[in-house]
Amino acid sequence: MRFKHDEWRKLSEQALEYLRPKVDYADIRFVSRRGQRVSVKNGAVEGVTASSDTGFGVRVLRDGAWGFASSSTPGLEEVLAVADRALGIAKASATVKGERAVLAPVDPVEDAWSSPYKEDPLEVKLEEKLGLLLEAEKLVRKGGEGKVMVAQAGTGARREEKSFASTEGAYIEQEIVECGAGLSAYAVGPGELQRRTYPNADRELSGCYGWEAVKRLDLLGSAERVGREAGQLLEAKPCPSGEKDVILDSTQMVLQIHESCGHPTELDRVFGTEAGYAGTSFLTPEKLGKFRYGSENVTLVADATVPHGLGTFKYDDEGVRAQRTVLVDRGLFTNYMTSRETAQRLGQTSNGTMRADGWNRPPLIRMTNINLEPGDWTLEEMIRDTKDGLLMEINKSWSIDDRRLNFQFGCEVAWEIKDGALGEMIKNPNYTGITPEFWGGCDAVADRKHWKLWGTPNCGKGEPSQIAHVGHGAAPTRFRKVKVGVGR
Amino acid sequence: MMMRERVLEVLEKTLRFGAADQTEVVIIGGDTYLTRYATNYIHQNTAESNAEVFVRSVFGKKIGVATTNALDDGSLQGAVRASEDIARVQPDIPDFVSLPSPEDAGGPVGDLVFGRSTAEFSPEDRAAAVGRVTALAARHGFEAAGAFQTGVVRLAVGNSLGVRQYGETTRASLTAIVMGPSGSGYADGLSVEASTIDVDRVAETAVRKCRDAQDPVAVEPGDYEVVLEPAAVADLVGFLGYLGLGALALQEGRSFASGRLGQKVTGEDFTLWDDGSDPAGLPFPFDFEGVRRRKVVLIESGVVKNVVYDSFTAGREAGRKSTGHALPPMYHYGPLPLNMFVKTGDATLEEMVKGTRRGLLVTRFHYTNPLHPVLTTITGMTRDGTFLIEEGRVKGPVKNLRFTNSILDALSEIEAVSSEARLSEMFGLGAISAPAMKLRKFTFTGATQF
Repeated sequence: MRFKHDEWRKLSEQALEYLRPKVDYADIRFVSRRGQRVSVKNGAVEGVTASSDTGFGVRVLRDGAWGFASSSTPGLEEVLAVADRALGIAKASATVKGERAVLAPVDPVEDAWSSPYKEDPLEVKLEEKLGLLLEAEKLVRKGGEGKVMVAQAGTGARREEKSFASTEGAYIEQEIVECGAGLSAYAVGPGELQRRTYPNADRELSGCYGWEAVKRLDLLGSAERVGREAGQLLEAKPCPSGEKDVILDSTQMVLQIHESCGHPTELDRVFGTEAGYAGTSFLTPEKLGKFRYGSENVTLVADATVPHGLGTFKYDDEGVRAQRTVLVDRGLFTNYMTSRETAQRLGQTSNGTMRADGWNRPPLIRMTNINLEPGDWTLEEMIRDTKDGLLMEINKSWSIDDRRLNFQFGCEVAWEIKDGALGEMIKNPNYTGITPEFWGGCDAVADRKHWKLWGTPNCGKGEPSQIAHVGHGAAPTRFRKVKVGVGR
Repeated sequence: MMMRERVLEVLEKTLRFGAADQTEVVIIGGDTYLTRYATNYIHQNTAESNAEVFVRSVFGKKIGVATTNALDDGSLQGAVRASEDIARVQPDIPDFVSLPSPEDAGGPVGDLVFGRSTAEFSPEDRAAAVGRVTALAARHGFEAAGAFQTGVVRLAVGNSLGVRQYGETTRASLTAIVMGPSGSGYADGLSVEASTIDVDRVAETAVRKCRDAQDPVAVEPGDYEVVLEPAAVADLVGFLGYLGLGALALQEGRSFASGRLGQKVTGEDFTLWDDGSDPAGLPFPFDFEGVRRRKVVLIESGVVKNVVYDSFTAGREAGRKSTGHALPPMYHYGPLPLNMFVKTGDATLEEMVKGTRRGLLVTRFHYTNPLHPVLTTITGMTRDGTFLIEEGRVKGPVKNLRFTNSILDALSEIEAVSSEARLSEMFGLGAISAPAMKLRKFTFTGATQF
């Protein structure tokens, strides 16, 4: 355990000492982020940006009502002024108060933690990054044989250092290092635009690790294929309309899990606090432990402890230890993702999913790594066992209703499956369904060898807007009788 | 809170630190407050004070960008050095010509519209307004959710060629979703001046919509006549701008307008322009390169006329100048129209309903996303008040439906346009002034359970 930020700790203690007699509860978080984004496009640099962002946020609970204020200006004077601002805001909140907010208990800890990595991605020379990306991007264009209008390669890196201190006595420092890279190709034909990406559409940050992960990606080995398939898609068959068995590759399972399981199991959303923006959830509390969410093949977990996930940490932004929670157990809806306030309303303790997007946002319940547990099929067996279906890869378009029931998702590419064998390439594949009916049709999940943990660095929620980095682990999964080819 | 003098001091100081052939400094700062409410109480209430400095350094045709929100000399120098280091090790960007000159920028814009009442709006003022919405909802046995946001936005842009722009403006918005046992209603207000937001109108409209939306019945998906309220029209138009009316998308063949400039793409009743100076919108008359935003007619009587440019995309076409639509330096998406206006017509919403034999009245859409950018095909759900119209009368609420439709096809089916327009936010970056519209045909491809 090694603390690095003496100044943050000192300011935190002074702020909390000032606030303690005035509040039910308060916490203060300092967050500093350093990042770099590098992208190349069509043989030239598209952009290289180095970013640095630091500040602090004070959250107070007073008379059962919340206030939050934040600032990027350093120093004790500003910290105390912001603490006062948060108090004033909490006082205003109390004029339109509901049930008094009460926090489920948590043992306050003092701890420091860093996510493991080998090669610091922010210290890798820019020349090395540009060299790799430009070479890979060139191969994308080569594979595209003149049909690829836009070829891109990109890499991102971020180091977040943060502290959390509460009036209950917690003090936690965490350092989280993230990295990733990817390729994309856009092919253009008459009235047609087709895209292929590698390893998926989220190019820049995919997990908590260092540059070693980018080396493992083998961008150069996949680049020509990405370009070639983008070009081939221009001439591919359109997606048929009707009912098919669908195998979703793990790249598309990411989105399927994210939208139809992740968001609806956020308990703040269930209690209505996102109703003014993104909506609520069909998984209302009376369904807990009783509702059949999917088939027996479906076990979904929220796991903030899995190594290297983009939703991995040791403590959430309320100082609650990271956990693994089974959300859906063999098809039965068993748990939510919770915070201290929402868990208390169900008579539970928090399972540690409160995270804030930086210093200037209050924490919300956010997905950690929401994973579908592997089954015992191989992909080959699954294909052999499918008479009339489609294998779909990598999300391209997503939309779901405000209770997370009716969804429609589009993918970059599909392949026909006829009588147990892969057939022709299909362009503009999409599918639609109602969440529990769709998961009820899940009859095969591929095994651990096919299982992969992906990063989603762009999960939007809340007002003011917050972007969370979350993870999703999955293997190829089959769903029976799915409506495909909508809107042709 | 960082005031004008301090912003300009930081701008000049950072520019002086620059040793590149060209240096640009952009400062985006402000103080924003957001009071969020749900189930008739305030559950989140926030304040933020921040200023971000973006440095763009240019050596010949090499460009680096660095950002910081620490304003001490060491941090500012560090950001300048980082952007210069990044630029130095790069290969040339062949299409880059230059940062804008003062002549390109068009001179300082002067003072912006500033809402004094917004700048002075207190947490108590926001809570009082929210309290009026929740009280009305509670009186009807409903629950309200939404947010009241107020803020001061400061933008300063300068470059070593002599461009200088400073603007300070305000934004205020109130949203209200009122929910009953089986249906919900929506209303909003958006303005530079918080005092002009009619809180009671927002509350009454959302409550009335909610009351009318109870006990919805299911209708089959399919082709319907539709009457789209302004928020729904703004959603379609926002995606049209995002997908196809920026120069980069056009140049890369990703736009519906690629190869079709001067051609008819919608019905003749549709005219769309962008004007960052019009006080009827949320004006911000210069872009993130300091260039004055020109009024650009995008689609005129159905014919796509122009797209918007920043200095980079303008530099790729001989004789072309930036139209003043650059995004901040770290975005690679290219220029976008952020202050769009749809031409109004002469109808009222009531007349549109009256002229509908069998159709749907849509309050707004939810979670729209593109399926096919070139064809402008998008999908999304209806939300917060969808009603069946039969024989010219609103018959009752229906359960929400999913649409999958080309925006251009939809705008080719305009039968009537309302004389009144309303302002809606565009992706949190700008605003769209849109009227209501009656379309002869709109395709719904699915239904949900509520």
